[in-house]
Amino acid sequence: MSSLLSVQDLHKSYGNLEVLKGIGFDLSAGEKLALIGPSGSGKSTCLRCVNFLEKPTSGTILLGGDRVGAKAGERPMSNRELAPQRAQMGMVFQGFNLWPHLSVRENVATPVRKVQGESAPVARALAEEMLAKVRMDHKADAMPEQLSGGQQQRVAIARALAQRPKLMLFDEPTSALDPELVGEVLNVIHELADEGRTMLLVTHEIAFARDVADRVMFLYDGLIEEEGPAREVIERPQRDRTKAFLSRMHG
Amino acid sequence: MEFWLSTIMPGLLTGAVVTVSVTVASLLIAVTLGFGLAVLRQFPRVRLLNFAIDAYVEFFRNIPALSHLFILYFGLAAVGIKITSIPAAIIGLGLIGAAVTCDIYRSGFLALGIGQVEAARAVGMTPVQTIRFILSPQAIRVALPPLGNYALQLMKDTSIVSAIAAPEIMFYARSMVTSSFQTTLIYSSAAMVYLLMSLPLAYAVTRLEHRFGGKANA
Repeated sequence: MSSLLSVQDLHKSYGNLEVLKGIGFDLSAGEKLALIGPSGSGKSTCLRCVNFLEKPTSGTILLGGDRVGAKAGERPMSNRELAPQRAQMGMVFQGFNLWPHLSVRENVATPVRKVQGESAPVARALAEEMLAKVRMDHKADAMPEQLSGGQQQRVAIARALAQRPKLMLFDEPTSALDPELVGEVLNVIHELADEGRTMLLVTHEIAFARDVADRVMFLYDGLIEEEGPAREVIERPQRDRTKAFLSRMHG
Repeated sequence: MEFWLSTIMPGLLTGAVVTVSVTVASLLIAVTLGFGLAVLRQFPRVRLLNFAIDAYVEFFRNIPALSHLFILYFGLAAVGIKITSIPAAIIGLGLIGAAVTCDIYRSGFLALGIGQVEAARAVGMTPVQTIRFILSPQAIRVALPPLGNYALQLMKDTSIVSAIAAPEIMFYARSMVTSSFQTTLIYSSAAMVYLLMSLPLAYAVTRLEHRFGGKANA
């Protein structure tokens, strides 16, 4: 198997509520997969299970062939044991989650130093390179609270990029933004996609998913309702639920 | 006036030196030990440790300070462990204070949104790194104004250590009253000395509240 990420028979329940009822997909290196679907369909939960921010109830996640979150004999990993695996995946949150006590530069450089063990000058140089990539290098000394939502999200993207991850996870990266700020963030993500990065993306921006993703997966009630090449699924959906969802999204 | 200048004020100021020393020393114990306890309390998987910390906090918070001080000073002396009054006062107030500040720091940790932890986990920080680099610096900022209030409270509460003969302000005041019967003058003067010490501290706390108050981050 040449897939970079493999998700197999993923289940997640909260008490009696089963949110994911058996999701499986593969992502090869350089591929971009968008998860779309109505709220409550399980797409964010699915994404968060990939790096074990949510612990799956059952199922298997493989990253580069290695089992994520479980050791031999199905023993679940602690957060400490999970840390090196999570470091291989960059995650961008809906709410940015920048660290407010650190400057923009430190937000990006601190994990490089503390997690990847790089020296301060190397971490700083990498941070500045990544901030330049998201066009935030001019704000390197600012504190997060001084930035707009769109700027904060671009810094958060730089922070994830600085991990030099195998895979980027985007969890509704524009849902918390004012409409006029959505574009700047989508542009940055689009550029990353064009660089050939591997991406798993949960989004409500249907047109963006169509333009950026290779494949789209439509989730409904914890199951994959429809999947296929992005343009095909979004422009010519086959299933009634997909059609209904897409027509609602297009207003 | 002559008596006030020559006897009362020097006596009270000698006491004030002890008051300040006991306050500073017990405050140091309280803020460091309390922080250590609050940090250890952030590891929810170690059940026995959590139980021990909770027991510590409840034990020291729910028994009057005077009772703790008597145990330390008279109780231990009765079984052969002799601690002099000032160290006993410092240890007693420090241990009680650690229970108080532990709760203050814990509120600081609780004020931080889950997003802070998730972002740290997502970049690959271990739980220890997360607490050290991400959570503690923020929790301490949130805790600073209430810690300032605690310091102010502690300074005033040191008056109870006169009960175990630690020679602080109230100890001197009482002994001077006994010998001179200038009750009103001496106790008013003692109150004034406390006020002169607590007002600057109160002002500093207000400044802290302006700077850090109400800025818990999501």
